[in-house]
Amino acid sequence: MSTLAVRKAAPAAGTTPGTARRPPLRRRVALIPTVTLLLGAVYTLLPVAWVVIASTKSGHELFSTFTFLPGTGFTDNIRDLNAYRDGIYWSWMGNSALFSGLGALLSTAVSAVSGYALATYRFKGRETMFNVLLAGVLMPPVILAIPQYLLLAKADLTDSYLSVLLPQILSPYGVYLARIYASAAVPADVVEAGRMDGASEWRIFTRIALPMMIPGMVTVFLFQFVAIWNNFLLPYIMLSDDEKFPLTLGLYTLLEQGSNTPALYTLVITGAFLAVLPLIVLFLVVQRFWSLDLLSGAVKS
Amino acid sequence: MPHTKRRRLVTTAVAVSVGATALAACGSGDGSQAESGPVSLTYWTWTPGMDKVVDLWNKGPGKKDRITVTVKKQASGDTLVTKILTAHKANKAPDLVQAEYQTLPTLVSNDALADISEEVGDVEGKFAEGVWQQTTLGTDALYAVPQDIGPMMFYYRADLFEKYGLKVPTTWEQFAETARTLKKKAPDKALTTFSANDSGLFAGLAQQAGARWWTTSGDKWKVSVNDAATRKVAEFWGGLVEEGVIDNQPMYQPAWNKALNTGEEIAWVSAVWAPGTLTTAAPDTKGKWAMAPLPQWSPDEDVTGSWGGSSTAVTTDSAHKEAAATFAAWLNTDHDALNALAKEGGIYPASTSAQLSGAFSNPPAFFSNQPDFYTRAAGIAKTTAPSAWGPNVNVAYATFNDAFGAAAKSRSDFGAALDRMQDATVADMKKQGFGVSR
Repeated sequence: MSTLAVRKAAPAAGTTPGTARRPPLRRRVALIPTVTLLLGAVYTLLPVAWVVIASTKSGHELFSTFTFLPGTGFTDNIRDLNAYRDGIYWSWMGNSALFSGLGALLSTAVSAVSGYALATYRFKGRETMFNVLLAGVLMPPVILAIPQYLLLAKADLTDSYLSVLLPQILSPYGVYLARIYASAAVPADVVEAGRMDGASEWRIFTRIALPMMIPGMVTVFLFQFVAIWNNFLLPYIMLSDDEKFPLTLGLYTLLEQGSNTPALYTLVITGAFLAVLPLIVLFLVVQRFWSLDLLSGAVKS
Repeated sequence: MPHTKRRRLVTTAVAVSVGATALAACGSGDGSQAESGPVSLTYWTWTPGMDKVVDLWNKGPGKKDRITVTVKKQASGDTLVTKILTAHKANKAPDLVQAEYQTLPTLVSNDALADISEEVGDVEGKFAEGVWQQTTLGTDALYAVPQDIGPMMFYYRADLFEKYGLKVPTTWEQFAETARTLKKKAPDKALTTFSANDSGLFAGLAQQAGARWWTTSGDKWKVSVNDAATRKVAEFWGGLVEEGVIDNQPMYQPAWNKALNTGEEIAWVSAVWAPGTLTTAAPDTKGKWAMAPLPQWSPDEDVTGSWGGSSTAVTTDSAHKEAAATFAAWLNTDHDALNALAKEGGIYPASTSAQLSGAFSNPPAFFSNQPDFYTRAAGIAKTTAPSAWGPNVNVAYATFNDAFGAAAKSRSDFGAALDRMQDATVADMKKQGFGVSR
């Protein structure tokens, strides 16, 4: 309810009597943030625009024509990429989708269960556990890749799909987010009411708490999906068979072919361009879950 | 503790004559047991089309010996060394790896490569002495079979040299003069650039001048990255950059490609693989380039450095050392294998007999105007100076990129950058536990 009130109040604030008196000042204040944000947007979008335009250029045009002049080679580039080693690019794309999709799904499930448990149950060692988790958030995953490799080597799991999936299932950041979100979105009263009605803990979680946590879990899913999609070092260390490579690794092998063979720039650029598309589609599709606000109306306060 | 001890052993082994047997004894755990039954080997390589070359083996000699090789394509570079060493720590390194010459001491000092001197058979005579020495590290052991080499050469735009009345320089002094003359005649052009983003180029130039960066005496390493020869090279290029007669932009960037393509830069100090790079970097200049030997430091000399090149090594984790070594020897000496390697992977073979046969009887398409390209290249390859690599080339190279990159950009003192490279290299070796003599 309160969010709605704020939303309604916002335009009202703009029409307060003060505005009529000093419009020039207000406009100047608005100009600086707008320009700053626009500059920021240009700064971040320029490389994207470069990739989009460069992917339309043939190898001949790539470095010889004006940078932002679209080329004529887009279909040829796609055809070359498609033909490169019998379309191995699409296996990389499939691998990336598998690692990211399944990995993010499992990771979100684990995060939801553990975050909910940490938020609703009081048990001994809860704070210690949470603090350890916080320390895990601060630990960059990059430095864990080599120890994880040595660990999985003991289990004879290296160079397998599992070796890339397993380490990414437990995401400290995901659990952390899930706990914060669960404690904010799932009121203790609702859980209590469920218990009064005789629902089992599992049923309370899956039927009552989980739907309330959906927007937060979508965020966790997206974070994990993007993180795994862009991950380089973990698959780099784990995998040696290039049929199992995700996109990041595959494109890297096209770039680093040794000094005898020049880098396959056009293929890499076109490949990078196509690799961004699934992420954009995912964001567009998943976006609507964010506006889902189950919070409102559950408890009266 | 055993770590340091082994390193010290390796140091001894690398010294020219002593201690080689000590390493052989400690290096390869499981020796040569007689192979029985089919053997399957994995091979990490970055050479494009290697799977097709390996198919020749799997369908030919490999089928007969029941040795099957599987290619696992990797990205080249220093990161691959890290990956091999990580895998080796878990005893999971592949049977065969492709390794650049300058990375061999690093791999050997981590005990990752097996001594295959007994298993490869009589192949030494197929390679130039300077190349072979890089795979033995000057010991009686053999840690890899040479695959490709990158003898350095001077590439120039024949048409523009003629237009500006320039002569192909045969000494570095003439090279500097040529740069000055061109700047006078056409201020918007430059002879070439000094690029600080590929340390291999600088190492090759220093090698030509007679530098030996890593040497051993007794059980200690001696690092002389800032020796007189290297200083001469650094100051020569630093002087030209400071004077403003050559460019200072890094290679392989779009701007550099453009400079080559439009004739803003009219020469390139490079290696035998340059035609491939020029094909993509400067597509409009096809047939306008020519190749000549590298300029010399004194008129009566005839030496060149090397830039790039790699070898095939067998790891200590391989359970089939003999089979792997047999394959490595076949791959790099067999006529058909080398021909396929040249055709599929675009490599310039280390094997001297292959340098003039098959794929190399015609010039590269980009140099169709120079029919004797490969004849001259083979002649130049023979003059390659010996090289001296150490166990932390990667650190020296990384410092080169930082220090020389900054110096080239600000057109400042290259000597100071060289000293930084020396200090960083020595400090890292001490940290790793190697004995370093001053």
